[in-house]
Amino acid sequence: MSAKQTLMGHRGLDREEKLIFEMGAEGRSGVDLPATELNEDCLGAAGRRGRIGLPGLSEPQVVRHFVRLSRKNYAIDNGFYPLGSCTMKHNPRLNEKLARLPGLGDLHPLQPQSTVQGALELIDVLAHWLKTITGMPAVAMSPAAGAHGELCGVMAIRAAHEAAGETRSTILVPESAHGTNPATAAMCGFKVVAIPATDQGLVDLSAFEALLNDDVAGMMLTNPNTCGLFEPDIKRMADMLHEAGGYFYCDGANLNAILGRTRPGDLGVDAMHINLHKTFSTPHGGGGPGSGPVVFSEALAPFAPVPWVVCEGEGVYRLIEHVNGEADKSFGRLKSFHGQMGMFIRALAYMMSHGADGLRQVAEDAVLNANYILANLKDVMSQAFPGTCMHEALFTDEFLKGTGVTTLDIAKALIDEGIHPMTVYFPLVVHGAMLIEPTETETREELDEFIAIMRHLVERAKAGDEQMFHDAPELTPRRRLDETAAARKPVLTYAELEAAQ
Amino acid sequence: MRYLPLTDADRRLMLERIGADSVDAFYENVPEEARLKGLLDLPAHQGEMAVEAAIGAMASRNLSPAEAPCFLGAGAYRHHVPASVDHLIQRSEFLTSYTPYQPEISQGTLQYLFEFQTQVAAITGMEVANASMYDGATATAEAVLMAHRIGRRRSRSVVSGGLHPHYREVVRTTVQYSGVDVDFCPLDESGDEDLIAAIGEDTACVVVQNPDVFGRVRDLTALADACHAAGALLVVAVGEVVSLGLMTPPGEMGADIVVAEGQSLGVPLSFGGPYVGLMATRKKYIRQLPGRLCGVTTDMEGRRSFVLTLSAREQHIRREKATSNICTNSGLCALAFCIHLTLLGEEGFARLARINHARAMTLAGKLAAIDGVEVLNDTYFNEFTLRLSRPAEAVVEELAERGILGGVPLVRLDPAADAGLLLVAATETVSDEDMDRLSAALKEVLA
Amino acid sequence: MSVLKFSEDHEWVAVEGDIATVGISEYAQSQLGDIVFVELPEVGKQLAQGDEAAVVESVKAASEVYTPVSGEVTEVNTELEDNAALVNESPMIKGWFFKMRLSDPKELEGLMDESAYEAYVEGLD
Repeated sequence: MSAKQTLMGHRGLDREEKLIFEMGAEGRSGVDLPATELNEDCLGAAGRRGRIGLPGLSEPQVVRHFVRLSRKNYAIDNGFYPLGSCTMKHNPRLNEKLARLPGLGDLHPLQPQSTVQGALELIDVLAHWLKTITGMPAVAMSPAAGAHGELCGVMAIRAAHEAAGETRSTILVPESAHGTNPATAAMCGFKVVAIPATDQGLVDLSAFEALLNDDVAGMMLTNPNTCGLFEPDIKRMADMLHEAGGYFYCDGANLNAILGRTRPGDLGVDAMHINLHKTFSTPHGGGGPGSGPVVFSEALAPFAPVPWVVCEGEGVYRLIEHVNGEADKSFGRLKSFHGQMGMFIRALAYMMSHGADGLRQVAEDAVLNANYILANLKDVMSQAFPGTCMHEALFTDEFLKGTGVTTLDIAKALIDEGIHPMTVYFPLVVHGAMLIEPTETETREELDEFIAIMRHLVERAKAGDEQMFHDAPELTPRRRLDETAAARKPVLTYAELEAAQ
Repeated sequence: MRYLPLTDADRRLMLERIGADSVDAFYENVPEEARLKGLLDLPAHQGEMAVEAAIGAMASRNLSPAEAPCFLGAGAYRHHVPASVDHLIQRSEFLTSYTPYQPEISQGTLQYLFEFQTQVAAITGMEVANASMYDGATATAEAVLMAHRIGRRRSRSVVSGGLHPHYREVVRTTVQYSGVDVDFCPLDESGDEDLIAAIGEDTACVVVQNPDVFGRVRDLTALADACHAAGALLVVAVGEVVSLGLMTPPGEMGADIVVAEGQSLGVPLSFGGPYVGLMATRKKYIRQLPGRLCGVTTDMEGRRSFVLTLSAREQHIRREKATSNICTNSGLCALAFCIHLTLLGEEGFARLARINHARAMTLAGKLAAIDGVEVLNDTYFNEFTLRLSRPAEAVVEELAERGILGGVPLVRLDPAADAGLLLVAATETVSDEDMDRLSAALKEVLA
Repeated sequence: MSVLKFSEDHEWVAVEGDIATVGISEYAQSQLGDIVFVELPEVGKQLAQGDEAAVVESVKAASEVYTPVSGEVTEVNTELEDNAALVNESPMIKGWFFKMRLSDPKELEGLMDESAYEAYVEGLD
């Protein structure tokens, strides 16, 4: 890249952008609001005495600021984003439009139920799709994200045991699990016991069996698992667990691989969250918001959190909002109001657009794309486990041995090649993991380009081009960051930054 | 299918390259009895027009607050959001990016998170804030858990009866298996609960809402002092963040953790979600703060840069010992909040708050003059409580029949509440004419 | 006379009289990379051999530090609170974690001396 220096540090389209706190001026504002004087107030002794310290910016400044910031981001809309476990698929714009419809986007959650029958219908219709897709009899809609859904599921497990007069204290979690699984189990007061894996990347069935006893409340298992493999013994494990009196929580992060091919309800699952922001394409928004409805088996359904919608006949819907009467076994409430409605609208639009036929095609194409990548890279990279994969392909850093290049270096070099890196160093069970999830919304041409880039990088690594990797990325708004300094002396606000300077 | 680019020719070629006869080969690990033979019992795929018509039909069955004078609040408020907010958050690079784990190509998200954290700390009067939680209620529950991590040997917390019942239930639910005991004060309709007397040597924190669910605002300084004297923390929840434009920030009153529902700035009502939880605290507690944090550093060329930091507290590294299981947060809503507050600025934010307060004072004056209506509040920001001569739920239904969204009956939030209580809010979106329509209708309904 | 011993978890313990000083080894700090934060035990805490006593955090990892011997914590290295980098720079001297009053000196016999530990570390690579 050209090392040309510019006066302000801008580089063509890429502008160095100040913080809003460095560009304000007294007397500027981005809104026109009348200056209301309060001759008296009803604030008692709680009225504000001092200034807040917010900057004043006009609308054109604000628009330009955030547009410039946006240009410093990679996004699924501008390129391939094979981030394993995250299902970065195309986000249809129809869904954005529908989420903003008057009568949906502007509804207040506490309007009289008679004035929101269409909104309750939408929740009920979405619930029907989710239950049908998963083959499960019930669904709790309110969890705000995947981890919140895990909390919902594991709480239901604990509530069910308590209702049966049982005190079980252990949850089994494979070593390959997402960090949210053990964190959730701990929030519910459970002790986490790791289930070992085989050298095939699957749960070790005999080790699993040995762990079962009357202290096991349940297990949390991702399926397809985080190594990108479908657990062949899943139904047997579910049966053994049930026999031992435990419940099966399935982490639904990888549902995209099995839509319309198999249903968690047929695999012995008692509870599973569905990441609407992964499988059903609600945008990730730079880290949220998400939505994590949880489907339940008959055994756990009575313990589901409020609220939920019941259909009381043709087109008549009612919200159950309190833990009493027909909801007296509910373990409680996880969120104010009724769940992530904005995400429900988008997810339903996505599902209706695909239909039963399209959803099955989604899974098959996602799996086909991952296997295509695997087949075209396994001769030069090290496949973590033999055989085909589900919707993500997992590699280890074995092929980099002796090159001086690490998994992180590969990720950073990919950035210079114009591609968002795959998930790196997860799952923890393989060394230097690279987890590639292409999703179904990529063309074959895009996959071919990615494959060519990966093969090129492997070649350069093996050819001793170590420095190029350590220097990467070079073509980005920023080079590698000093994350150690950030963590040793955290500067988390502009006031702290000013004080530090 | 418009979202699926593979052609049949692509699929054949790809299978050939893989050496598989069909995609069935990839599903061989699925137990035979669990393999779906046919399609799911759901409708087939549809074009944009059909989907739009179906969801549009559902939307048309609802009464939009744009078409009815709206006095609803109770934790979600109808405010005017400048047009540029929605335009900017729909920029592809914000909308369709993931969590900024690769900072070199995520500086846009990281910089606005840093700006957001700064804004949240400033309006709450605290030193630091995180990069958002799901909503105000979950942030409150997390604050209780955080207070117990800080006060490790203390086993109890006290929750005010002025806390929004949804928040109260979320706290109760979230901590129920965590080993933390919480004393929930009864719903405080009279406003005379004595929280200071409830503080004991075992108390890790006291949770209070300001303005509280009834709309009352208070100076919490004495409560904060009492907490600190006993070695407990004060957690302040703010349900209407616009109030901070006019009120003493909780940090100045002595709060140790401030949580808030940020929906009022930038985020549409959207029938209850997604919203954005704010969480701020003192610098000395950052290791116990849940959620993502964005910090400043430099890149290898020495340029100022932003990066997620202190992640060793989080679930993906710390697993069962993490400060929380939270992963996905509310990034895009935090962006909307940040843009709206940037547009407002110091003066705009204060003006918006003053307009809200003035609207509410006007409304309270009009409603207090109606027979069968008593305004309970001495203090409030933009929402207050009425005691009606009839059950509020029936009144609200009758107002809805007249095309007015008249308020939130307290029993909707807590079945144990007095059936006559109605929460009424007035924001800048409520006109004098709206107020007159409500007054006239309420007169009729209560007559 | 002072004794220096190592555990298989890469903690060192130096004993003088009945006071033991505990830290992590050169090998441990090199494996962890840049250490950004150290969480230390509370003074007065009773620890049994093998108990979790401290936590070290690098940017991308957090590891528990287990006490190699039993006893009561008498002092912690408060300098680490502001300068965790001391653990990287001087793990055996300035980067010590905590001191404790030994309750069972016999436990030392089960630990490795310096040369045994060096051999142990070599076997790991």
